[in-house]
Amino acid sequence: MEGRDTLTLSGDWIAQSGRIPAFPMDALAAVPAGHGLALDVAAVTRWDSGLIEFLWDARRTATAAGIEIDTTPLPGSARKLLGLLPERMADPVSPPRRRFRPLNWLGGETIGLLTELGTLTTLLAAAATGGTRALTGRARMRGVDLLANIGDAGPSALVIVSTVNFLVGAILAFVGAVQLRKFAADVYVADLVGLALVREMAAVMTAIIMAGRTGGAYAARIATMQGNEEIDALQVIGIPVSDYIVLPSILALVFTMPFLYLYGCLVGMFGGFVVALAMLSVTGPGYLNETLNAVAFSQFIFGFVKSIAFAILIGVTSCRIGLKSGRSAADVGTAATNAVVTGIVGVIALDAIFAVLANVVGL
Amino acid sequence: MTDAPLLSLRGVTLAFGPKIIQHDLSFDVRKGSIFAVMGGSGCGKSTVLKSMIGLLRPTAGSIYVAQEDYWGAPEARRTAIGRRFGVLFQSGALWSALTVGENVALPLRMFTRLNDAAIARMVRLKLSLVGMEHAVDQLPSELSGGMRKRAGLARALAMDPDVLFFDEPSAGLDPITSSRLDDLILNLRDGLGATIVIVSHELPSLFAIADDGVFLDAETKTAIAHGSPASLRDNSPIPQVEAFMRRERPEALTDGKHPPS
Repeated sequence: MEGRDTLTLSGDWIAQSGRIPAFPMDALAAVPAGHGLALDVAAVTRWDSGLIEFLWDARRTATAAGIEIDTTPLPGSARKLLGLLPERMADPVSPPRRRFRPLNWLGGETIGLLTELGTLTTLLAAAATGGTRALTGRARMRGVDLLANIGDAGPSALVIVSTVNFLVGAILAFVGAVQLRKFAADVYVADLVGLALVREMAAVMTAIIMAGRTGGAYAARIATMQGNEEIDALQVIGIPVSDYIVLPSILALVFTMPFLYLYGCLVGMFGGFVVALAMLSVTGPGYLNETLNAVAFSQFIFGFVKSIAFAILIGVTSCRIGLKSGRSAADVGTAATNAVVTGIVGVIALDAIFAVLANVVGL
Repeated sequence: MTDAPLLSLRGVTLAFGPKIIQHDLSFDVRKGSIFAVMGGSGCGKSTVLKSMIGLLRPTAGSIYVAQEDYWGAPEARRTAIGRRFGVLFQSGALWSALTVGENVALPLRMFTRLNDAAIARMVRLKLSLVGMEHAVDQLPSELSGGMRKRAGLARALAMDPDVLFFDEPSAGLDPITSSRLDDLILNLRDGLGATIVIVSHELPSLFAIADDGVFLDAETKTAIAHGSPASLRDNSPIPQVEAFMRRERPEALTDGKHPPS
């Protein structure tokens, strides 16, 4: 391909053909330094950036060897493109390599976790002061936002809350029926379904639904606002994010989730009722009577309070995750995922704490 | 150079539902020219660009790419024609999950059978052409606006396009970066022999590079002048075109007190 002092190229030099060779490293070994290298491109038929790539490669190899390539035989346009390319490649900026240091990592994670807890608390406190101001009508929150959030979190969630709780009630009744029938204790299915729903399942299932549905949406929306610099704009104008965004989000969940919980209990009990009537020798009034006997009013209060706690947890974590997200499209996805995962895990962990507390108090 | 225009619009009307953006647009883009789509903010320049790159179907009229009816063609054919286009979006539109190098490599990976080494070399070449070879492993979020634009240009160049479309190439750039980008566009046109369509209202850069163009009016919603930006500035008989090109408000022309800036 190369003569003594002439680099002769011929044929097609089209990048997308995939037939552009790399310039051989030792091709210029025979050319003495300081010597010129002539180009012969008369036989090149078609060319595009593939030719430029090859010549650039050749020029860098030649420059390193102290040889100058005479580019005058090239068409003007090719010379122009070649002129745009640097003589030497700049070193790419590579991200700093991370070394595995378990102690550093553990320390960093711990500090990060503590900081995050602090930030969450601050955010919650700011939202709470905003909330108290809202009572006197001086919060920097718009009523329409609150109403829109309540609409999204409440009525639009009814269908999925109904479906899930109905099925949970039915499943509980199935599981209970199989066992209790052995002891001819059919009617106690009502106790099982009622207590399980009111104390645990309705509140937890509703919270998990809301974490997935509303928490994920909050995080994605706030992360997108972050990407559009909308959050920055709020800060610059002096509208506190805790009032304008976080407060209506939390309030919407706090207003709707307890009622969704009560509704979930009702639908779940209906699910259990249907299964019990179909499978067991239980009468309708008997089932209802047993349910009323089994589930004390205090149980409802317990579930109600848990729902409010879950609502605050989901609201504040999903808003916080949205607020701390990055600004790219991928970050929005990450934020939504994190919010859902944190919400679900947080709800179940908090529920465990409630269970222990209830045991200690003897509720 | 052939005499037939590379791109031509004939009676194109663009609308979003009942809202007409521009109507009865007809113009030709010659091969090898730098064609400017000019006009004030909100006159529909970017919408015209969208219909030329296949994102918005005109409600009436046709767009011909090398004598082929672009919107009359089936979708597979449109994609094939579109592969001859390179588009630089307003803020780069780099895929945020990929590094700059991967952004440039993606079209090559998807549409060519080049091996990894060849792709890596093409990526390096395209990034070097725009002076961004150092950023190959960086994520778009780590780059400044001007660097994103140059990286976006490298991506637009990835497939050696015949036509390059630029949406507001100098918007948001400082004058020096912007004039460097202008030089780069000129050099790329000369070097690659590509045809370039620019949507812009940045006068200095329009005067510097464009050799043909069309002026869209926001009020009549159609093209009111054709020609290079410099000729429109110097001899347009239409007052609003001349005013725009001289950066005056139209009423300032009549009282004649404001000196041209």
